[in-house]
Amino acid sequence: MALVSVNDLHKSFGDLEVLKGIDLDVEAGEVVAIIGRSGSGKSTFLRCLNQLERHDKGTIRIADQYLDGKAMSPGELSKNVGMVFQSFNLFPHKTVGENVMLAPVIVRQEDKAKTERVAREVLDKVGLLEKFDAYPAQLSGGQQQRVAIARALAMNPKVLLCDEVTSALDPELVGEVLRVLEALAREGMTLILVTHEMKFAQDVSNRVVFMHQGRIHEQGDPQTLFKDPKTAELRQFIASVL
Amino acid sequence: MELDFSTLVPYAGELVQGFVTTVVLTAISTLAGLGLASLVAYVRSGKASLLGRMLGGYVEVTRNTPFIVQLFFLFFGLSALGFKISALFAAFLAMTLNLGAYSAEILRAGIEATDRGQLEAARALGMSRLQSYRHVVLIPAFARIYPALTSQCIIVMLGSAVVSQISVFDLTYAANFIQSRNFRGFEVYLVVTLIYLLLAVGMRQAFGFVGRRAFAFRQGGNA
Repeated sequence: MALVSVNDLHKSFGDLEVLKGIDLDVEAGEVVAIIGRSGSGKSTFLRCLNQLERHDKGTIRIADQYLDGKAMSPGELSKNVGMVFQSFNLFPHKTVGENVMLAPVIVRQEDKAKTERVAREVLDKVGLLEKFDAYPAQLSGGQQQRVAIARALAMNPKVLLCDEVTSALDPELVGEVLRVLEALAREGMTLILVTHEMKFAQDVSNRVVFMHQGRIHEQGDPQTLFKDPKTAELRQFIASVL
Repeated sequence: MELDFSTLVPYAGELVQGFVTTVVLTAISTLAGLGLASLVAYVRSGKASLLGRMLGGYVEVTRNTPFIVQLFFLFFGLSALGFKISALFAAFLAMTLNLGAYSAEILRAGIEATDRGQLEAARALGMSRLQSYRHVVLIPAFARIYPALTSQCIIVMLGSAVVSQISVFDLTYAANFIQSRNFRGFEVYLVVTLIYLLLAVGMRQAFGFVGRRAFAFRQGGNA
């Protein structure tokens, strides 16, 4: 059974229909890169998966949890899904360690000692254990984003959503974040990424999904998809970004 | 006219008592008022609700009526209704409610300036609205509006002079008391004016000291 299963997902903002029926299954351990022009609905789709946007129609199942677009408590929603954002969104008044430990302690009521152990583990994984007591303002963008990844991992998600996580970074800082994601992929973490890093999509993902005008227009394994696009839209898109 | 400050010496005790009352009253109503403001701003920055509208009414009434009338209303008005409260408690209540209303509005501006990404990150991590307000929104909001808040608290301290009108033995009451005994109005009010000035300057320093430590994260310093 797929870990994530999306059926006929629709979402409108006012009169503008952004998602016009998305179907997608993602297996555990799969790395799915979603590409497409801005406005194609890829970020909205990602945000529906943890209900930052509630969808209008269709169903989403993540592990054993069904999302039908009705209100759910954030605590419930965060059980299976973690998210990393374009703009990092670290809490500026908390140290790196506190950023990572906050949700496990107040949302899951886990004990402090265990949480700190986990926090050190995940920070070590992203190579920033020595920044445990630093404030976000003291870190580079790339470091902040790696802390944001660690913060999401501390909640032990089954799926990690990444929304253009390198778009706000200076070019020389992109690599360090992608390397962390690559390592996660190798460890078997299920990743769904909206990305503009075509090379990363090509090298690391198991599947690339091309979205166009609110639908999945074409998808497949990265080698075939990039070398031999079937549709004119994808051909144009690839030509414009490579 | 000759200035003669030695006439104040026998009344040093009253001055100290007045000073202590003003400082303590200001300190506890500042803490209580900011606590109240945090609650009011939380309710008012959420979805429209009956409670939110009632708190909106409280904020508007407080900000559009004189402080001395609020004080009289609490002290004389409530006791006429059968709620007997001491002058000191009425003063504390009036100052707390007054600061609560003004600083709730100031704080709301700080909350509204919160980046949407902060709220989304908190939500994605599973925090409820109250948890995200308490742990994510509130401290940076206070940091943003801290200078305005400092001024508001000083205004309340200076405004507390009117509690002498309901016979609270504060600094102004002490001045009136001494002046009515020794008839050295100029000396008394000169000294008391200077004490208020020093209090205001001292408060600003103290707020700055606390702010630099509490909000050290903003400078990216090693705190």
